[in-house]
Amino acid sequence: MLNTIPEAVVWAIFLLPLSSFVIISLFARRWPQRSGYITIAAIGISFLFSLWVLDSVIQEDGANLGFPTHEWLTIGSLTLNLGLTVDGLSAIMLMVVTSVSLLVQIYSQGYMHGDPGYSRYFGFMSLFTAAMLGLVLAENLIMLFLFWELVGLCSYLLIGFWFERPAARAAATKAFVVTRLGDLGFLSAILLIWTQTGELDIPNIQEMAMTGAIGTVILTWLAAGVFAGAVGKSAQFPLHVWLPDAMEGPTPVSALIHAATMVAAGVYLVARFFPIFSASEEAINSVAVVGGITALIAASMGIVVTDIKRVLAYSTISQLGYMMLALGVGGFAAGIFHLFNHAFFKALLFLGAGSVNHATHTFDMRRMGGLRHFMPWTFVTFVIASLSLAGIFPLSGFWSKDEILSAAWEDQRLLFWVALVVVFMTALYMGRAIFLTFGGEYRGGEAPPGEQAGHEAQPHESPPVMVLPLVVLAVAAVVTGFLNLHHGVTDLLEGWLPELALERATEIEFHFGLATLSMIFGLAGFIVAWAIYGARLLSADRLRQAFGPVHRLLVNKYYMDWLYEDQLVRRVVVRTVAGGLDLFDRYVVDGAVNTTAWLTQFSASRLRLVQSGQLQLYAAAIFVGVVLIVAGILIVNP
Amino acid sequence: MLSFIVFFPLLGVAIIALLPRERERDSKWVAAATAFVVLVAAVGLFVAFDRDQTGFQFVQSHTWISGDIAHFDIQYLLGVDGLGMAMLVLTALLGLVAVLISWNIELRPKEYFAWLLLLEMSLLGVFTALDFLLFFIFWEIELIPMYFLISIWGTGRKVYSAWKYVFFTFFGSAFMLVGLLVLGFAADTFDIRVLSQMEIRDALVPTQVLFFLLIFGFAIKLPVFPFHTWLPDAHTDAPTAVSVMLAGVLLKMGGYGMLRICLSILPDVARDAAVWLAIFGVVNILYGALVTLVQTDLKRLIAYSSVSHMGYVLLGLSALGQVGLTGAGMQMFTHGVITGLLFVMVGMVYDRAHTRQIGELSGLAHQMPMIAVVMVIAGLASLGLPSMAGFVSEVMVFLGTFDKHGALTILGVIGILLTAGYILWMIQRVFLGERSPRWKDLGDATAWWERTAMIAMVAVIFLVGIYPAVVADVISTGVEPIVGRLA
Repeated sequence: MLNTIPEAVVWAIFLLPLSSFVIISLFARRWPQRSGYITIAAIGISFLFSLWVLDSVIQEDGANLGFPTHEWLTIGSLTLNLGLTVDGLSAIMLMVVTSVSLLVQIYSQGYMHGDPGYSRYFGFMSLFTAAMLGLVLAENLIMLFLFWELVGLCSYLLIGFWFERPAARAAATKAFVVTRLGDLGFLSAILLIWTQTGELDIPNIQEMAMTGAIGTVILTWLAAGVFAGAVGKSAQFPLHVWLPDAMEGPTPVSALIHAATMVAAGVYLVARFFPIFSASEEAINSVAVVGGITALIAASMGIVVTDIKRVLAYSTISQLGYMMLALGVGGFAAGIFHLFNHAFFKALLFLGAGSVNHATHTFDMRRMGGLRHFMPWTFVTFVIASLSLAGIFPLSGFWSKDEILSAAWEDQRLLFWVALVVVFMTALYMGRAIFLTFGGEYRGGEAPPGEQAGHEAQPHESPPVMVLPLVVLAVAAVVTGFLNLHHGVTDLLEGWLPELALERATEIEFHFGLATLSMIFGLAGFIVAWAIYGARLLSADRLRQAFGPVHRLLVNKYYMDWLYEDQLVRRVVVRTVAGGLDLFDRYVVDGAVNTTAWLTQFSASRLRLVQSGQLQLYAAAIFVGVVLIVAGILIVNP
Repeated sequence: MLSFIVFFPLLGVAIIALLPRERERDSKWVAAATAFVVLVAAVGLFVAFDRDQTGFQFVQSHTWISGDIAHFDIQYLLGVDGLGMAMLVLTALLGLVAVLISWNIELRPKEYFAWLLLLEMSLLGVFTALDFLLFFIFWEIELIPMYFLISIWGTGRKVYSAWKYVFFTFFGSAFMLVGLLVLGFAADTFDIRVLSQMEIRDALVPTQVLFFLLIFGFAIKLPVFPFHTWLPDAHTDAPTAVSVMLAGVLLKMGGYGMLRICLSILPDVARDAAVWLAIFGVVNILYGALVTLVQTDLKRLIAYSSVSHMGYVLLGLSALGQVGLTGAGMQMFTHGVITGLLFVMVGMVYDRAHTRQIGELSGLAHQMPMIAVVMVIAGLASLGLPSMAGFVSEVMVFLGTFDKHGALTILGVIGILLTAGYILWMIQRVFLGERSPRWKDLGDATAWWERTAMIAMVAVIFLVGIYPAVVADVISTGVEPIVGRLA
């Protein structure tokens, strides 16, 4: 056991990757190779410090270590502080972020090898990690929002990393704008909190919410705003549309986004504000329902896509829905525990997909097949991760998924059945991905860039620097589930929760019946996948025809991209409203100005003619005028 | 010291005037040296400024027109409070930047740089004058260099735009002059310090009318919808340096005037008018942002975005509280630097590509990585990304205003989404994307003057973003007495 961690070391956890970013962006252009080492060193040390944090927090049973705050800005009644929240929740999040990030950076050395933007890549990755660490540690709402936006910025920069590709830059913009839509809600919630309480420090706000100092109606609005932010970041329905497109970034970026940063931020936010959510029945139920809907529709889309990364993307959305569902039914620890487990196996899946892409130069599963012969390590680790994702005993996913199902069973029966169906669908799409990618015979892949088209590339296993992280993550995907056998993680996570919120958290028992049921659903999914894509007992084409309309709906992503991008944004906002206002501005507002100017000029040019300089004319005019005036007087006053 | 700062540019003008014709290219060195001295002096003053003291500092006062002639004394009176201090530094910074990015001016350089320095002088005067008549004189002097700078060194319909700018401002000034006279004769002084401590009663006209007369000119300058249409024309057709000054400093004269004159001299009317300020603010924000979305000319796009961003100033003013007013002041400062930088960058693109049409440009990040990076930084700062200057001021405006005008503030918050939309869309189309053969020969920013200008402004953006207190504390002392009057 180490001593309790000093505050400066906790700051270093976040400042190290940040300095790495600054150093790389200022100096590393000359030696790109070193940027990778700098990044790995910085995050490696952060990881070790995070272990120390974990140790200290365990000694305190997960309660907040209570570091002092530092004043950043004071204007009148507004005080913004910088401070650290170090408790069970943030300690676990630190572990997730630093460990996954470290492995992803190591892997990236192989994956990004030879890319012209090598040092830019590592600079952004450092910043991304730093921003996420800052978000997790932030004690003040404004500080949290600051890192929240920086995380969004980094995902923008990294999704659009290969910016010469039109799809990449469109996806980057889409990700930023869609998540910012959610941020409007979050920002409004911050405004509301400050106006109502004059507080921006999160622990104080929690306390006020718990002691009833904030009215229920306000709390509901507050929770709604915070949740809007989370819906955007964590890609929940109806703002999930950005995440599948975010696949345009380099694959390790996807691994980081989907596992440890960005999307995890939303779930973390809801967890951090769990006391507020738990004080409002409407709020917490909406979280559960939105989570359930998201889990279901995302899984359904995952079944039909042919791009392996998109399968994983929909899987992430679906699993995030699961976590939200868990939080919503009071399974606070279950949701975060699932986030924890999910981080490892989802990072593994993405890195596996990247490894496959490294060999075949494609993400299209229709052009893969048979890769189990060529890349055994990738194959085995990918299968382990898939089984874990589908919740097969005794892998990690089984344990947290089971906790979520139990919580749903206690709290909301209908959502329990939804969650169970999602288990089946999860196994189905992962089974499909495995059989299409690794089963059967190799279908050719794609020629690597720069080589002749039609060149039959022989796929090969990835270099050790890429395989090593896969193996480490695979071990994690097997074992992390056991960590909570004796509720150690649960107690740690709930250590900081106030009493009242703790009451709202559902007590989770291990149900042997529920566990068996979910296993049966999971295995059924794999069996169906095997029957269609492995043994070909059922024809996929035949099925597609039989479910024609449904298939079309799924392939078109429920027409939501069409509705948002083509109709709402392009048609309504840009073309109709903005275009209309532009015309209004040019022809009505400015038109009035120009008309006034023209009228002045015109009347002047006409009136000018009257000033002819001829005295006779002036005299005549005066005479007529006098006559008219006299006549007028006589008529009015005879 | 203040007099030295304000009138030092005139020395530069004199030296430039005395340069022989064959050495006319040296005028830029004279201008740069002058602007540099002003900047150093202004920063020195900023450091010396006592942040614990409210009220005006570095005051200089002399009787200018004695009371025997004009019924009461009219003074030569300079001084700065926190608000004026911030604006002074902003003006000095952008004044130097404007000279630097004009380094390649070939057409009549002597006159050009002389006008530019004269412009700087008038702006420094506006932000330091504490006698209303003196303020008005500086306010009007600014028009002369602007007219020539736009109509001679501009592009496109430059004469039309120059006239339009002058007429709009004059139209507002006419109202202001009436207001000024009414106020002066009602209070028997033009001393702004005195005026903002006394109670103005209905004199020749009711105070409400007086408030309108005074705010109208400022509203045109800010600009407030529907009197904003001079802005896109003037910005678009002006040379780069003038666009920088126009967006960076001149618009702030409007916001500054509202605070310094309208809110602090007529607080009772301001309280009643607050809701209208908020409404016009929100209209500016949303209307400006929506129109920005469909602009096809880079400069026009940024010009309309200024209309939107000035809406936040109005919104902040409508709060009438410490946080909101400081936020409005901060927004003026940060918008000055950020939008100034945006115009600098657009100017660099235009110098190289000779077009500003977004549809024609593509993939410029390949040819000019440094310009692209700085443009992205400026763009992100403009859309209010945390750790950069714009975020702090917007958040302060929102926090300050929310409890007074809740619903309107939320509408204003929507503006940040639209801003993200047009900024990112612009970057996506202009800088990202495939290499275009048409632009393959364009070069990056390599000249020292370009780099100095960019780096200085980026540094300020990050400094204020990461440690906002450096400016916010100063502005806060400036608005404190005004808030006291409004309470």
